[in-house]
Amino acid sequence: MRRPPELLLRFTRAERWVHRTTAALMLTCLATAACLYLPPLAELVGRRRLVVTVHVWCGLALPVPLLLGLASRALRADVTRLGRFTPADWAWLRAVRARRTGLGPAGPASFAGKFNAGQKLYAQWTLGSMLVILGTGLIMWLTHLTPPAWRTGATFVHDWLAAAIATVVAGHVWMAMRDPEARLGMRTGLVDRRWAEREHPLWRHQQHQHRHPVDDGRPVERELPGQ
Amino acid sequence: MRADAEEPGRGTPVGRRVVLGLLGLGALGVAAGPYLQRAQEAVAGKDPTGLTGLLPGGGGFRYYSVASSVPERTAEDYTLTVDGLVDRPGGYRLADLRAMPQRRIVRDVQCVTGWRVPETPFEGVPLAHLLDAAGVRPGAGAVRFSCFDGVYTESLTLAQARRDDVLVALRMRDEEIAHAHGGPVRLYVAPMYFYKSAKWLSGITVTESVQPGYWERNGYDVDAWVGRSNGRDDAPTA
Repeated sequence: MRRPPELLLRFTRAERWVHRTTAALMLTCLATAACLYLPPLAELVGRRRLVVTVHVWCGLALPVPLLLGLASRALRADVTRLGRFTPADWAWLRAVRARRTGLGPAGPASFAGKFNAGQKLYAQWTLGSMLVILGTGLIMWLTHLTPPAWRTGATFVHDWLAAAIATVVAGHVWMAMRDPEARLGMRTGLVDRRWAEREHPLWRHQQHQHRHPVDDGRPVERELPGQ
Repeated sequence: MRADAEEPGRGTPVGRRVVLGLLGLGALGVAAGPYLQRAQEAVAGKDPTGLTGLLPGGGGFRYYSVASSVPERTAEDYTLTVDGLVDRPGGYRLADLRAMPQRRIVRDVQCVTGWRVPETPFEGVPLAHLLDAAGVRPGAGAVRFSCFDGVYTESLTLAQARRDDVLVALRMRDEEIAHAHGGPVRLYVAPMYFYKSAKWLSGITVTESVQPGYWERNGYDVDAWVGRSNGRDDAPTA
């Protein structure tokens, strides 16, 4: 008989809300961008002014959930975690490289805190690319604010960065598809302790060291939405 | 190592470096973008495989339509109407337009959003010929164009419309104009940004004064000379 899973709180309601709304805005931006940019989709959809309006306003709203979310202590704590590389993170990167070349014995997972180094890099890429895509988008949108050469440059960066963002987001979704427990963690906020011990061993360790009320690693019950 | 693995405030601020690095790259890209764009277009111009057209910001025409869907018109059901302040209003079928004197012009196409397609041939009836055939009345000062997508409109002053590099185009790149490019008949205004060259042209109305067109009611310049309007400094196309 399977023992019922012991659950840890990984993401608070505020964090999940920020993730969900940012994801929705980002996907809308990418979908509308495709309709503006790819000729077959542009021919299919038309309505250029409406699509542009949706794209611009979703783009402007892109950083809003994160900014609002900063009111949450749990989110600020995770922002701090994501921003710094510990020695374990460098070890994680080395282990990933070693595994790729087939030389290293240790799996990278043993060097992961609440977030592994890859997740930290993804988070920082998201923030940095969001700021650049927003800045170049503003230059393209407010046409009378900057000289034309800036606009050509901004369009160039916006186009290439959009392609890069689409690729990285696809990678993010692909990684999530391969790990149902991680997806459940983002959907319900809770993860199985055994999964956490396997994928994020240093997170649990830290949780025992520093208990605090928002995110204390205490066993809790998971309620799936709609159950 | 384990004990301080997640100690706040410890460790390398890699996050800040990544974000600042991306911001720096972005700024560099904006500054270098015009040169990089030109380099990319130069490579794409010599690419026989057409693969470079798949790159972001790649060359070639892009499809813009403001309508949700655009009906197809053929020689059977296409009519171009000419009316307004003219002595002889009327309608022209595709065969009538093909029977008129034609003129072929080869110039760059410049879009106001930045893309440029070099040396594109357009061929059709000079707009001045159609205006003369209809007999413009005294007091007329402008021409309004309407399109069978049901939404798009454009306009020119009478003096602009009479230029010899303004065509009612029937052919583009030495082929009949495809539906995606505004066929069977589109306007071609060589010296102006490409939004003036209305696709799916179906009506020419001579008016007293200029009535701003679709994009012009949304902030674009009415006198859309390439390189001298819309805050842009592209090389003139004519």
